[in-house]
Amino acid sequence: MIWNEKIECAGREEMRAIQSERLKDTVQRIYHNVPSYRQKMQEAGLVPEDIKSVDDLVKLPFTLKTDLRDNYPFGLFTVPMSEIVRIHASSGTTGKPTVVGYTRKDLSTWAEMVTRALCMAGVHREDIVQVAYGYGLFTGGLGLHYGCENLGASVIPISGGNTDKQLQLMEDFGTTVIACTPSYSLHLGEELKAKGIDKSRLKLRVGIFGAEPWTENMRKEIEASLGIKAIDIYGLSEIMGPGVSCECEYQTGMHIMEDHFIPEIINPETLQPVPAGEIGELVFTTITKEGIPLIRYRTRDLTRLIYDKCECGRTLVRMEKCKGRSDDMLIIRGVNVFPSQIESVLLEMSETSPHYLIIVERDGNLDTMKLMVEVQEQFFSDEIKQLEALRKKITHRLSSTLGISVDVKLVEPKTIERTAGKAKRVIDNRKL
Amino acid sequence: MIIKQLSVFLENKTGRLNEVTQLLGNAGINMSAFSVADTSEFGILRVIVTEPEKALLILKEADFSARLTDVVCLNSPNEPGALARALNILATENVVIEYLYAYSMDETSANIVLKPDNIEKCIEVFHAHQIDLVKASDMYKI
Repeated sequence: MIWNEKIECAGREEMRAIQSERLKDTVQRIYHNVPSYRQKMQEAGLVPEDIKSVDDLVKLPFTLKTDLRDNYPFGLFTVPMSEIVRIHASSGTTGKPTVVGYTRKDLSTWAEMVTRALCMAGVHREDIVQVAYGYGLFTGGLGLHYGCENLGASVIPISGGNTDKQLQLMEDFGTTVIACTPSYSLHLGEELKAKGIDKSRLKLRVGIFGAEPWTENMRKEIEASLGIKAIDIYGLSEIMGPGVSCECEYQTGMHIMEDHFIPEIINPETLQPVPAGEIGELVFTTITKEGIPLIRYRTRDLTRLIYDKCECGRTLVRMEKCKGRSDDMLIIRGVNVFPSQIESVLLEMSETSPHYLIIVERDGNLDTMKLMVEVQEQFFSDEIKQLEALRKKITHRLSSTLGISVDVKLVEPKTIERTAGKAKRVIDNRKL
Repeated sequence: MIIKQLSVFLENKTGRLNEVTQLLGNAGINMSAFSVADTSEFGILRVIVTEPEKALLILKEADFSARLTDVVCLNSPNEPGALARALNILATENVVIEYLYAYSMDETSANIVLKPDNIEKCIEVFHAHQIDLVKASDMYKI
């Protein structure tokens, strides 16, 4: 079923007309309400009236994740706080999180986007959806939740973790749709097997997986182990949350909700648009958002756009599965981690040096992060309990900043490779 | 009375201990007492050497995390109950021992290297009980 056929199957010219109107309105609102972006436009010699259609989009300055940090927490909001009804946050590049605010209309837009996404995935109102994304500041849980309710499906808001309970409810409640990170779904599949639960006892038929990169091979493995159709959903909190785009049953790229977000692909070096169909960095402009509209936000995700009509009948442009990042962000168990966050924690602590190495592994199907920190003379104690206490302190500080557990290992000085250029901070041994 | 013990941080990696002993050996530094404390992740080498300052410099130049730690060494009769008597004194006087290691010199005496939480108090207590502490200069020479 296509939830909003008029929009999702609109002709290209019709979509461009909608986008142009909404873009003009967004630029006006930002120009008059966000001093930092107004300044960027003035520096580029632009006034809102210069933007007449989507063709003028390329004239506008970019918005970066650092702009959100520099205006922490609410500096990029374009409405008074009395209009904001929800706040979410995700990892920033340093200690401060990236904060976004939603008006009542934003939440209803988001719910509609997720509902469309669910319909693309083949979910309907008879379904029982187990939402195993984390509920909280992370947009995954609540995003899926309101989309399911809007569709009329039955939601089990179980949130993340507690695998035993996940499996129990899945069986007892007859869950038909599971929404979680792809790596967690693999873990669920393994646990099913370990517990000797035959998948014929389950009613699962669809999985909605996102928040981290995954491959076609992982898809095959998930589909086989859980006996489901595995659908990729994409989103980021800065733009809205999950549901910015989603695959349909044909699984040939994720349809972008173009009436709300205009996608562009740029070369991350030259910042110029790449020729149609080429891989580059995905950039989004929100055109209906009220709380925190963003113009030309650089997602750092690398992908390409497919403008052909999809077999499902939708004309919404599709983006391929993300091929990587144009920055050093890591996604570990669905949590975004920047090496710079780790660096700032280590620098805040007087006992540690900023020399470190992150090793990411996939242990079974769960990602683990190990951090090697050099033991410097000034904090080397010859008592084991002191060194253990230091290790615990670093572990605790990192875990509370990053939101995931980190295995800290103390190593000898100068054992972490020094390079003349950009330091190599990350070894990612996950085979994706 | 205070002895400068060389302490070295070691990762649990093959060959690291060997490197330390070779560096010291090549520099003509002799070791008179030696102990390794280990955890699952790392170890700490504690060693008494002929020239602590020089040994420290050599290890630092080779990028080891090393430092000198103040310890005391008491000379005890090599007989049953001798260590118990010494430790009993410390316990009674509330001196906490962070770690210790010991070795026999011959049939008649043994040396016990001790890292107390409060070294001045520890020395005072042993003096008060007429317990012999090994002089640093003697210790380095052994």
